Amino acid sequence: MMQLECPNCGPRNVSEFRFRGEYVERPHDGADPARRRAWAEYLYFRDNRAGVQKEWWYHQAGCGRWFLAERHTKSHAVENTRYWGGEATS
Amino acid sequence: MSFTLLKRGLRPNRPPAPMWREHPLQDHYDVVIIGGGAHGLATAYYLATVHGITDVAVLEKRYIGSGASGRNTAILRSNYLTPEGILFYDESIKLYENLASELDFNVMFSQRGHLTLAHTDSSMRTMQWRAEVNQIQNVDSRVISPAEVKKLVPFIDTSDRPRYPIMGALYHPPGGVIRHDAVVWGYARAADAKGVHIHQQTEVTGIDVEHNRVVAVQTNRGRIATGTVLNATAGWCSLIAAMAGVRLPVETRPLQACVTEPLKPFLDTVIVSGTFHFYLSQSDRGELVMGASVNPFASYSTDATLDFAEALAGHVLELFPSLAKVRLLRHWAGLCDMTPDFSPIMGTTPVDGFLVDVGWGTYGFKAAPVSGKRMAELIATNRTPELIAPFAYDRFFTGQIVGEKGAAAVTN
Ligand SMILES: Cc1cc2nc3c(=O)[nH]c(=O)nc-3n(C[C@H](O)[C@H](O)[C@H](O)COP(=O)(O)OP(=O)(O)OC[C@H]3O[C@@H](n4cnc5c(N)ncnc54)[C@H](O)[C@@H]3O)c2cc1C
Ligand SMILES: [Zn+2]
Repeated sequence: MMQLECPNCGPRNVSEFRFRGEYVERPHDGADPARRRAWAEYLYFRDNRAGVQKEWWYHQAGCGRWFLAERHTKSHAVENTRYWGGEATS
Repeated sequence: MSFTLLKRGLRPNRPPAPMWREHPLQDHYDVVIIGGGAHGLATAYYLATVHGITDVAVLEKRYIGSGASGRNTAILRSNYLTPEGILFYDESIKLYENLASELDFNVMFSQRGHLTLAHTDSSMRTMQWRAEVNQIQNVDSRVISPAEVKKLVPFIDTSDRPRYPIMGALYHPPGGVIRHDAVVWGYARAADAKGVHIHQQTEVTGIDVEHNRVVAVQTNRGRIATGTVLNATAGWCSLIAAMAGVRLPVETRPLQACVTEPLKPFLDTVIVSGTFHFYLSQSDRGELVMGASVNPFASYSTDATLDFAEALAGHVLELFPSLAKVRLLRHWAGLCDMTPDFSPIMGTTPVDGFLVDVGWGTYGFKAAPVSGKRMAELIATNRTPELIAPFAYDRFFTGQIVGEKGAAAVTN
C-alpha cells in the first residue's frame, strides 16, 4: 500500500488518512458582495492539475492532525509533507 | 433467426467494411469536439443528423472509447432524486431505447431492472423520497420489501446475518445495462457516414483565444482554426479548460471496476448497495461486472489497486456468500470528473465559443444521448435548451447547485 508521511507520526499507510482536497488560498472579507465570485471560486473551483499538487490531508486513524502534502497526481510520488505554515519534511 | 442473417452466413467471407474512415486533418472546421467518448461522438452525430452541421471534427488523443466510455459498467437508469435530474436522464433512457434501430447497430440495451438496496432507516427514507419524485414524473420506480427482493434475486442473502441486513429496495424496472463499446462505435459510424471527421491519435495541446473568443485549437498534428470548441474530455476536462483559461469545479478521481470468470446465468437484475459500496450485474457472457466508489484521493492514474479488489470482494460476499470461490478475471480503472453537486456542467463558459459537456463523474454514460442531442442543439441555435439549463456553469456563482448526491454518490 502507498504510504504517506505524517509530520507528527512518520510514514503510515495511506488508508489511515483522509484526503481533503487541493489547497486553495482563502479569500479575505467574505461579507463584501464584490468578493462573492472569489468565494464561489474558493469553495468549488480547482486547478485539478496532472502533476505536482499541493493538497490537504488529515490523519484520521492516527494523531488527528491536518497537514499539507505536495504529491504528483499521476505517479502519486509524495515530494514532501508539512504543517500549514511549517517546514517541509524531506 | 432472420433470413438475412442466414443468407449472409452462407456467403463467402469478406473483410468487414471499416466503420469509420480516416481523413487528412483540415486546417479549419466549423466545430471542433475534443474527446472521442460517447459524449463527443453523440454530439457530432446529432449535429450532423438533426442540424445538418457536418463540418465537424472529433479529436481523440488515443482511440475512440479509450476513456471512461470504454471502461464503465454500462448501467443505465433514470431514477434520480431531483426533478431536473429525472427529466434529463429520462429523456436519455428514451433515446437509448430507440438507439439500436436509429443507428442500425445492436447496442444490446437490456432493460432487466435495477435494484438499489437500502440497509438503514435513512436510506429507506431516501428510497421512498426518490420513488415519490420519480412517480410524479412518470418514471417507473417503487420501494419493495426484502421478500420481493428475494423473489427477484434468489441468491441474495435477505436474512439478518449480514452486518447491515437488507431492509428494502428501490426497484426501477426500466433500468439495465448496455454494450458501451457498441454505443461508441455506433455513434462514430453514423456520424462518419454523415461527413463528420473522426481523428484518432490527435491530441489537443493548446487552445488559442483572442479577445475572449476561441479562434483555434493546437494539436500534435497541426493547428485547426475554428470558432466553436466543445470540451468533452471527462476526466481530463480541467486540463483542456485550462488551455482556454477557464477553471472548472472539478476534481479527477479514478473509478475501478472488475469482472469475474463467467458463471451460469443466475442474476438478471442490476444490484446496487450504497451501504456496502458496491454494485453488481451479470453480463451476457456470464461474467459478474462489479464496481464500487471512486478512489479515496484525486489522481490521473488508471492503475488497478489491490485495496479496491479486497474491499469490494468483502462487501459483495456479505450479500452473496455463495460467490466465495469465484475468481476475478480482469480489473481496471477509468478517470471520473467529479463535481461538488454530483451533477454535470453543460453549456457556455466565460470564453466565447468554448463550450463544456463535462462533470460526468461516475454516472455519465447513461446521459450520452441526451447530452449529445442538447449540446448539438445549443451549438446549432446558440440558445441553451431548457432541459440542460439547470446544469449551467454559472450555477456555482448563483448558489443554484443541483444536489444529486442522494442518488448518484455511490450508484452509477
Ligand atoms: C469504472 C467506471 C464505471 C462507470 N460506470 C458507469 C455506469 O455504470 N453508468 C454510467 O452511466 N456511467 C458510468 N461511468 C461514467 C461514464 O463512463 C462516464 O461518465 C462517461 O463515459 C463519460 O463519457 P465522455 O464521452 O464524456 O468521456 P470519455 O469517454 O472519458 O472520453 C473523453 C476522451 O477525451 C480524450 N482526451 C483527453 N484529453 C485529450 C486531449 N488533450 N486531446 C484529445 N483527446 C483527449 C480521452 O482520450 C478520452 O477518450 C463509469 C466510469 C468508470 C470509470
Ligand atoms: Zn499523525
